[in-house]
Amino acid sequence: MTTEVGSESEVNKQAEQIGSGAAQEKPDEEASESQQNASLEPEEEKRPVSPTASKSPRSQKKEKDPSESRGISRFIPPWLKKQKSYSLVEAKDGVERKEPTEAVVEEPIVEKDESLPEEGRVAKGDAEEILERKRQDVKVDEKDEKHSVSSAETQPAKEDSKEIEVAKVEGIQEDKREGETAKRETKEVQTAELKAAQKVSKKLKTVPCKVMLLDGTEYSCDLEKRATGQVLFDKVCEQLNLLEKDYFGLLFQENDQKSWLDPSKEIKKQVRNLPWIFTFNVKFYPPDPSQLTEDITRYFLCLQLRQDIASGRLPCSFVTHALLGSYTLQAELGDYDPEEHSSDYISEFQFAPNQTKEMEEKVVELHKTHRGLSPAQADSQFLENAKRLSMYGVDLHHAKDSEGVDIKLGVCANGLLIYKDRLRINRFAWPKILKISYKRSNFYIKVRPAELEQFESTIGFKLPNHRAAKRLWKVCVEHHTFYRLVSPEQPPKAKFLTLGSKFRYSGRTQAQTRQASTLIDRPAPYFERTSSKRVSRSLDGAPIGVVDQKEISGPAGDVSVYGPGVAGQGIFQDGDGKREVRSPTKTPQLQFTTEGKKNSLRVEGENIYVRHSNLMLEDLDKTQDDILKHQASISELKRHFMESTPEPRPNEWEKRRITPLSQQTQGRKDHLFKMDILPVKEKQQIPAVLIVEEKVQETDKSLEEEITSSLFSKEGFSANTKATFTSTSIRTAEGSVVNYSVPSEMLSSSPFSQLFEKRAPTAEGPCSGANDAVKSSHETLNVVEVKKQAEVGKEERVITEGVNGRDKVPPGSDSGETRKVEPLTHKDSPSLSSENSSSSSSESEEEDVGEYRPHHRVTEGTIREEQEENEEEVEEEKEEQASKVVQCMEAVPEASSVKQITVETVQENVVSQKSSGEKSLKEGDKQDIREETEEEQHKVNGEVSHVDIDVLPEIICCSEPPVVKTEMVTISDASQRTEISTKEVPIVQTETKTITYESPQIDGGAGGDAGTLLTAQTITSESVSTTTTTHITKTVKGGVSETRIEKRIVITGDADIDHDQALAQAIKEAKEQHPDMSVTRVVVHKETGVEEEEE
Amino acid sequence: MAALGHLSTFGRVTHAVVRGLPESLCQHALRRHKGDEVDFARAEREHQLYVGVLKNKLGLQVVELPADESLPDCVFVEDVAVVCEETALLTRPGAVSRRKEVDMMKGTLENLQLNIVEMTDENATLDGGDVLFTGREFFVGLSKRTNQRGAEILADTFKDYAVSTVPVSDTLHLKSFCSMAGPNLIAIGSSEPAQKALKIMQQMSDHRYDKLTVPDDVAANCVYLNIPNKGHVLLHRAPEEYPESAKVFEKLKDHMLIPVTNTELEKVDGLLTCSSILINKKVDL
Repeated sequence: MTTEVGSESEVNKQAEQIGSGAAQEKPDEEASESQQNASLEPEEEKRPVSPTASKSPRSQKKEKDPSESRGISRFIPPWLKKQKSYSLVEAKDGVERKEPTEAVVEEPIVEKDESLPEEGRVAKGDAEEILERKRQDVKVDEKDEKHSVSSAETQPAKEDSKEIEVAKVEGIQEDKREGETAKRETKEVQTAELKAAQKVSKKLKTVPCKVMLLDGTEYSCDLEKRATGQVLFDKVCEQLNLLEKDYFGLLFQENDQKSWLDPSKEIKKQVRNLPWIFTFNVKFYPPDPSQLTEDITRYFLCLQLRQDIASGRLPCSFVTHALLGSYTLQAELGDYDPEEHSSDYISEFQFAPNQTKEMEEKVVELHKTHRGLSPAQADSQFLENAKRLSMYGVDLHHAKDSEGVDIKLGVCANGLLIYKDRLRINRFAWPKILKISYKRSNFYIKVRPAELEQFESTIGFKLPNHRAAKRLWKVCVEHHTFYRLVSPEQPPKAKFLTLGSKFRYSGRTQAQTRQASTLIDRPAPYFERTSSKRVSRSLDGAPIGVVDQKEISGPAGDVSVYGPGVAGQGIFQDGDGKREVRSPTKTPQLQFTTEGKKNSLRVEGENIYVRHSNLMLEDLDKTQDDILKHQASISELKRHFMESTPEPRPNEWEKRRITPLSQQTQGRKDHLFKMDILPVKEKQQIPAVLIVEEKVQETDKSLEEEITSSLFSKEGFSANTKATFTSTSIRTAEGSVVNYSVPSEMLSSSPFSQLFEKRAPTAEGPCSGANDAVKSSHETLNVVEVKKQAEVGKEERVITEGVNGRDKVPPGSDSGETRKVEPLTHKDSPSLSSENSSSSSSESEEEDVGEYRPHHRVTEGTIREEQEENEEEVEEEKEEQASKVVQCMEAVPEASSVKQITVETVQENVVSQKSSGEKSLKEGDKQDIREETEEEQHKVNGEVSHVDIDVLPEIICCSEPPVVKTEMVTISDASQRTEISTKEVPIVQTETKTITYESPQIDGGAGGDAGTLLTAQTITSESVSTTTTTHITKTVKGGVSETRIEKRIVITGDADIDHDQALAQAIKEAKEQHPDMSVTRVVVHKETGVEEEEE
Repeated sequence: MAALGHLSTFGRVTHAVVRGLPESLCQHALRRHKGDEVDFARAEREHQLYVGVLKNKLGLQVVELPADESLPDCVFVEDVAVVCEETALLTRPGAVSRRKEVDMMKGTLENLQLNIVEMTDENATLDGGDVLFTGREFFVGLSKRTNQRGAEILADTFKDYAVSTVPVSDTLHLKSFCSMAGPNLIAIGSSEPAQKALKIMQQMSDHRYDKLTVPDDVAANCVYLNIPNKGHVLLHRAPEEYPESAKVFEKLKDHMLIPVTNTELEKVDGLLTCSSILINKKVDL
């Protein structure tokens, strides 16, 4: 908190901020938050009302859906649910959704939520919120009630299981919370920091929380029930007086494994066991500790390393043990004093897993030579030697190769290391990795082709269980993002590489934290170095050699264990869980699935997860063929293990990548959130637009016109909806099928989907592209992509609930069935859109424009990322369709921004969806244009079909594709798509995203094609962390004058949260400036370092 | 005091262990290819020059062990011990006939007060010629002489460093076609197997090494030392033997180049690094 901007802290304070931590990080957010708070409150009020209305429609829809087609229902339910949730609780939804999306979105959302709860929730939305929470908490209850019909019918086991888990967890939490509330009063007194929380807390339930610190002490506090991980983390860092906190994190025991607490998500959704026990650990080991700004940061790093060494996690030679031990003595005891330091003084310390008298003698001998070294100097020397250890900062995960041989996967700053026993048998630098994914218990990396090879290869590893695979994937994404990217990717971040979930690293990257550290201006804080003895003692207590095991055993002791021996266990757990991965086996895949389901059930924030999870689950389930293929491919991969095995992948990806690359280079760093602000009328029309898109699918060229018309007139909507319904009714069954089958494709195509959206009229083109890409990609790749897509899809889903149906369809559309699917999607979307549009349009416009836009933006952004061209096309289309594109605000925050956006957009999903659809159409056109410059957007449709995919799928893709894109992007980032991008790698998508931003802008200029450009002006304003470029163009098309205001906001902040806040602010400002405008699209381009990662 | 290698100290050598060559070498030394018979007198002369460079020209404290006629390959001391900093790993040579060479080396290294680690696992084999220490990490060639288990034990012995394995199938040892020619500088042969191995090493390493490619694989085996007051010192094959490769070495402007002839021992697969173990002992010791 402190490290970031002071203004932020102030704002936070105002808001109070339990969640302030998140808010604090982003100065922009603070301002925005304050604004948002005011706005949000009203929104909440409105939302509740609207939710009810929306709920009914949704419920109707849901009901309809099931009735229409059970098969489809699976897909639909999540979306519908999500939509419902969105409508019901936008803010909450955003938060929850954010959680699923993870870092980027989550943080912003959290902040909002927090602020809302305090101010707005209590007063306004309490009842609703409570209800919602209850629903979520109860989980199954509401979900069952609301979704139960649909879910029961539609949602497969996946969702169910997830829901159940969630319900359990939530229920437990609630119970705990209730109990805690009583406790809280007493506990609160203990923690002064909680004051703010307490204020709110009286109304809000609190949960006692313990954090084991690196010095062996325990920090305890009460947290608001819904507090995010960031809140706790900030509290701990404040307690520790730690400013350079981005290297650290909180671990919690999850089953047998230790997992990092996601700052952007609510704790309660991550920690299922009531005693909230965490350990404060180093998460990212700075490769060069000397570059840390403050001694106190180095001190904590030393403490971590001493634990690592004493536990055997960080292997050292005898000599190194002795040397490091001697520096420890020098740092903590000062110069050797024969009188003071008796022969036994050293025995209190533990320097090594197997500490011998000989070693201790050597330590003392060396200690004597360090005379004169200050504690800080001794720490520095300690780190200078420790950092050279080959296993320094390597997070080990147990796995098996394709042949079942036990290996270890080591995630580090430079990439992924493969160990067999102690030997390094392979290494994949981040730049060489194009994509990281996981499916079930398998972990995949897609590797750039070797010099003389044409094809990328995918290498699969078998993890003990699904959770282990996901944890590994997350760790990879985070490490990649932190070390390789200048700024975090939008969630799902890559650090790319993430699989299965939309998760992205939402914190600062190393580059950002270093930059932020340069701003630290305070006298060196005083702190005592006394902890090592405690630590050593605790370690001693446990069997030294087996420290890890002990630790594991203690914590692993199961959930029950937590309660009893929190502190000791917590500490041990930290190191163990992550690095040793011992626990992975315990966590069954089912849990994951259940989680995903839970998320979906929760409707709100989690819906995204659910969606993702659903997609993933579905994909997994349905794509068994793919799995088989994957396995086969995996075997091949293993064969090629040392040698990159060429796997045929879609040329389309390459193409896309290639185009994006150039663009990407331009916009890599910047994450752009594009918000299209349409007049209020337009907003209402937005639903129609969506419909139009559907129609467009049917009638490519005409679609755009229709869309515009529909946008202008609400009537169009009804017509559209009708059309969609008819289509949907017919196609529903097929569509459902398609969706399921398609997930993988969808994922892969998701980026494309955006294109589709752009091309909505020409949807086929984008879809085809996506399909091609998917098709081209090998099955194995698809699987991975599917996972990723699923994750992405979740995010996307969050963004566009109304679109959900469509989104689902788009994936299906990719396949030959896409058209059929599209009808289905149309049906869904129309119904949804009609309902949502009515509610959302009014609501969204008022409050969430920014938020909605973010969602839109997110979707678009994802699309853009993958399909940069699409965005451009979209812009052009927008221009052509004056009504459609009013303003585009581009927020550049990476993953985080995306997440935020998604959250916000949820409320206005309908509109956003519509816009997204339009955008997608436009994008698609753009793509077509790029690909097939000659062909017009309408033509594009035809072209699209030629290209590969069905138009209808495209529509669906719109919602999902963006998701896919995001995933893809993150993945690509992780994989360092830069190289890939040039060639083939899907990873390029990330780059593509960036490009998309740029190209959209260009397209916007070029978009004038459709109409006559009357005026154009560009206004640029800069603030500390944001650069806002406003393009105002007035064009006349067919007698219709369009005023398009496109704002590109480049947020270069450190944290994702900042991006979110900045986005929100930008949106608010835009609304304020243009009250009669509606945000049509919010495209968030995250410039993950992926490109930077490039070799 | 730094325990871990620093680039600035890479190649620092105070002591060298060498061993005389027995006459049995001519007839019984292991060799991969039948070829010209070894001229023992000339081989001995070359070896004496080699030792002379280390002792007289570079000022190292050279421990000269006597030859053992029952151990025809005993002159190639490199294979029986891997010394890194203050730790020495006594290997278990892949050739059974060479196992007893370790005995005398053990006593010698103990006398030098090194931390001795013995490879007792009967499933493990390791030839020092398959171990390339770059100053930052180890590469271990998996060859006919060295197996996975041997590499694991080496990794257990030198825990501070990453140990990566490199398949070696076309030559006797990993260092049959490469060696360190300076800090961060790998001399590598031009053959396909050599280049392939280099790529593997590059992929496996977190560090970026400079490479010095020489036309002749055998000539890529050179001896680098960092001698106080002399700086970078490189023993490389003489121009008379490998003129093209020698030209490449001569481009190293910062190195003190010492051409060394090794024609006879090469007939039995002996290269420059094979005939010595280089040790860096602290001054006070």
